[in-house]
Amino acid sequence: MILIVAEYQATTLKSYSAELATVAKKLGDSVEAVVFGAKGADAAKKLGNYGVSKVHVLDNAALEKFEADGYTKVLCDLITSAKPAMVLATASPLGKEIMPRVAMRNKTGLIADSVALDMKDGKLVGRHPIYAGKALVDEVVEGPLAMALARPNAFSTEKVGDSDAEIMVVAADPGTERCVVKEVKQAEQGDVELTEANVVVSGGRSLASADNFKIIRDCAKAFGGAVGASRAAVDAGYISHDHQVGQTGKTVNPTLYIACGISGAIQHIAGMRTSKYIVAINKDPEAPIFSKADLGLVGDLFEIVPLLTKKIQEIKKSE
Amino acid sequence: MKIGILLKQVPDTETKIQLTADKTSVDTSAVKWIVNPYDENAIEAAIQLKEKKGGEVIVFSMGPARCVDAMRTALAMGADRAVRVDTADGEWDSYTTAVALAEALKAEGVELVFAGKQAIDDDASQMVQLVAERMGAASLGIIETFELSEDGKSATVTRPVSGGTKEIIQVTLPAVFGCDKGLNTPRYASLPGIMKAKAKPVVEKKGAELLGGETIKIKKMGYSLPPERQPGRKLTGSPQELVDGLVKFLKEDVKII
Ligand SMILES: Cc1cc2nc3c(=O)[nH]c(=O)nc-3n(C[C@H](O)[C@H](O)[C@H](O)COP(=O)(O)OP(=O)(O)OC[C@H]3O[C@@H](n4cnc5c(N)ncnc54)[C@H](O)[C@@H]3O)c2cc1C
Ligand SMILES: Nc1ncnc2c1ncn2[C@@H]1O[C@H](COP(=O)(O)O)[C@@H](O)[C@H]1O
Repeated sequence: MILIVAEYQATTLKSYSAELATVAKKLGDSVEAVVFGAKGADAAKKLGNYGVSKVHVLDNAALEKFEADGYTKVLCDLITSAKPAMVLATASPLGKEIMPRVAMRNKTGLIADSVALDMKDGKLVGRHPIYAGKALVDEVVEGPLAMALARPNAFSTEKVGDSDAEIMVVAADPGTERCVVKEVKQAEQGDVELTEANVVVSGGRSLASADNFKIIRDCAKAFGGAVGASRAAVDAGYISHDHQVGQTGKTVNPTLYIACGISGAIQHIAGMRTSKYIVAINKDPEAPIFSKADLGLVGDLFEIVPLLTKKIQEIKKSE
Repeated sequence: MKIGILLKQVPDTETKIQLTADKTSVDTSAVKWIVNPYDENAIEAAIQLKEKKGGEVIVFSMGPARCVDAMRTALAMGADRAVRVDTADGEWDSYTTAVALAEALKAEGVELVFAGKQAIDDDASQMVQLVAERMGAASLGIIETFELSEDGKSATVTRPVSGGTKEIIQVTLPAVFGCDKGLNTPRYASLPGIMKAKAKPVVEKKGAELLGGETIKIKKMGYSLPPERQPGRKLTGSPQELVDGLVKFLKEDVKII
């Protein structure tokens, strides 16, 4: 049995959890899911559409909020009782925090941030980008319990049915928690997480002020996407470091990446090279970013981006 | 308090990555080595804490002899001494590396560890949690602020979660933290600092001796290079023409609208 760690926000299943179910199904074994907190049951039962037969709902009020120690313990407890051959999760903040601990506690290996998962000679093989995507390594887990993290947006989703998965509520005991959340500072309403976004619109130094960055924010919003930035824009104080894409920022892999007034330094490319489509808007026809872009627009972003935003808003409204 | 730094020496960001002829590893013969960028923030965090609250800062690095160069950078910035875990005699993956590092940290009685959130060569992002688990310590993989409590028994940190939301978390020590760029601005080593670093002690430990018989859990099957991105079309014209061209592309190729 393959156990996948499902995630949800409010009452909605994370799209990467459907991606995880789809890839798990293709590995050939039966697939069950685990979700933390009773509130996740409704969202997670939809995984039935992607081939998940059963969802283990780990129930305890303390699990309504993420805490690494508690989540690690209850997942390890489930592994002990359900005895999966494989545990897969997403390379999300949650997955990255707990899966290495679960692996160490089970004395096994964890394939990090994989973009492909396959079976070879009965063993799980994951393809993991290294050196900021400049190379790929194929890794195989030796040992009885194979574990891997899957990169969000790197796998497709495929429905295989339209029935809900069976729900099994399990009373869970998170034990002692050493990381107590004291306060949550909510981001601006509707801010989309960069690393999960399907569309990213990024701005660079050329925006010239924090106020001007609104042009980028508005465009991202029109697409329902996230706002990215180059390091030069972050260093100049136009936008916070959370938004930096690149070697020392975040790695994004959206379907569409629009780089506005970004030159295309190697450290920036490192964070967005795996985007499915790259569009560059730059007034310098020789800008290096054009050599990485599927479509390049040579022109002034201050003219082009607001027009694009308006056009996308019109299209979305008529949909 | 003993404060530990985990430091990895990695190829410079500008390095062109090439594979060995048999594709069983990355060719590092012509690489320029640097301190992993996030580990600079870890060094800074440790030194700032020592300046405020006292204590001893020990830097730990696992790797071959060349790693001493990277450790000297940390010593020049203000760390007190260094422990290098030599890798010549063992087989290493994240698991065995974590076991050896955790044992080395425990042997020195380190209670608080700063590491980078990610090594820019293996991009694994799991050492913080692995080492913490092995040490029996708490951990958070990415922090953006850090403050030690008055009694030194806990720390209050900021952790970024999805979509720019932040959690303020109180963590009971011992703990291992992964540092992000926004945490601080790493200082430059001063000239006197560089001179002093030369005399600071660097001890060597044998990696295999720290493993207690534990073996690697992940085998590398082979390396490949991703296909180079081919440059696509370039459009010129009036802003309106450019936007129309882009919208057509989004409809027909990207199929996103
Ligand atoms: C160790 C290290 C790590 C780094 N990490 C990162 C990282 O994580 N992310 C990152 O982004 N960078 C990183 N950098 C910095 C990187 O090398 C570049 O300096 C940076 O990406 C440049 O940002 P930029 O493209 O916004 O600015 P610039 O390079 O100054 O480019 C501005 C571009 O805007 C164009 N332009 C100007 N005005 C307009 C206009 N009106 N309309 C359209 N186009 C216009 C120009 O033609 C130019 O191409 C790192 C560097 C180092 C050394
Ligand atoms: N060989 C090593 N020696 C010392 N520290 C390491 C080593 N490998 C990883 N680390 C630390 O762990 C962090 C995360 O690495 P990783 O999990 O490999 O991405 C790095 O930024 C370092 O601080």
